[in-house]
Amino acid sequence: MTTRNTKVMDRFDVTSRLVRKLTHEEAVIGGIGNTNFDLWAAGPRPQNFYMLGSMGLAFPIALGVALVQPRRRVFALEGDGSLLMQLGCLTTIATLAPKNLTMILMDNGSYQITGGQATPAAGVADLMAVAIGCGLSSSVWAADEEDFDRLVDQSLTAPGPTLIGVRIDDKPGVGATRRDPVQIRERFMIGLGVRQAV
Amino acid sequence: MALADGRASPQTSLNHGADDKAWDAVVLQALKRNDVRLVPYVPDRVLTTLIKSLHADPFFTTFATAREEEAVGIVTGAWMGGQRGAILMQTSGFATLANVLASLVVPCQIPLIMIVSERGTLGEFNYGQSLVCRTMRPVLESLAVEHHTMTRLDELDFIVDRSIKQAVATQAPVALILSPLLTGGKVFER
Repeated sequence: MTTRNTKVMDRFDVTSRLVRKLTHEEAVIGGIGNTNFDLWAAGPRPQNFYMLGSMGLAFPIALGVALVQPRRRVFALEGDGSLLMQLGCLTTIATLAPKNLTMILMDNGSYQITGGQATPAAGVADLMAVAIGCGLSSSVWAADEEDFDRLVDQSLTAPGPTLIGVRIDDKPGVGATRRDPVQIRERFMIGLGVRQAV
Repeated sequence: MALADGRASPQTSLNHGADDKAWDAVVLQALKRNDVRLVPYVPDRVLTTLIKSLHADPFFTTFATAREEEAVGIVTGAWMGGQRGAILMQTSGFATLANVLASLVVPCQIPLIMIVSERGTLGEFNYGQSLVCRTMRPVLESLAVEHHTMTRLDELDFIVDRSIKQAVATQAPVALILSPLLTGGKVFER
């Protein structure tokens, strides 16, 4: 898809724009690698979950949170290579259709973190079209940063889940998440009000 | 005549205990008793009756996923959001889970309940299924994941009930393997 009329954006900038909007203890699931590194770098929040492995599971984890906490807005940040590992989850999300789920796909057509190799989808597949084909009718590329802001705002009152595609450049993540799985999980559960801090 | 009707055949005595509950009803009740509400699955012939009864009971939120990994992600998110979940799959589906168990469930201490219908043994007719079956317990053991193979109806409730309680109390996953000795398994029909 070389003719997409969308601006190539900066992942950290887009992630920071999202995090600045969060004022209602919204949950955010950061996918493996750069996606969660930039979420970490955008500033710690107890409602952030940083996925350290399990490539491709950011959207399914977010779906689980969204299903059991229907009054909380849940965001998921995922990379294009990760989504390609678990495309089938788009159909599950379309079937269950939680209203409180906003998914953001950071697409640079490459496995940046492993050396920038092109994904098999690069240049041939349109992942928003794939998602629409999977039944997620509100799947759209953000034209630029302002459009991204608008699409995020719009998703908050949408009647179903939203997927926002963001074309990004090939820069590495800005930060590096502290890799302590139990601490990440426990903080997240406290952030979601499931557990009390001791 | 009445006497003959009342006598259980070996096949039905395998599937029905003194309380006349089938294995799938025992599993469902144990899930319910322990407040395990979210049950995503990748189906299996043997699991059909359990899946049907889960769908029929409004207590449960149950649905198919495209892959077993996805179901693991969903239940992990649900647990962190405050709700218990279990996933249903076949042996070959379990074989797709080593990465997510090792990189998400075990290190994050998620009490994931895995209910696995065992194929590949005790009358398997597909060589590939029998081979993949042999990978299951070594994978569980390599990660020190608790697992039980359930062969008898009279032990079933105890194993499922206690295992769910232990998983939650110790924040550790458990695999509950449904043996063909319990379910009858899938047989070569020809």
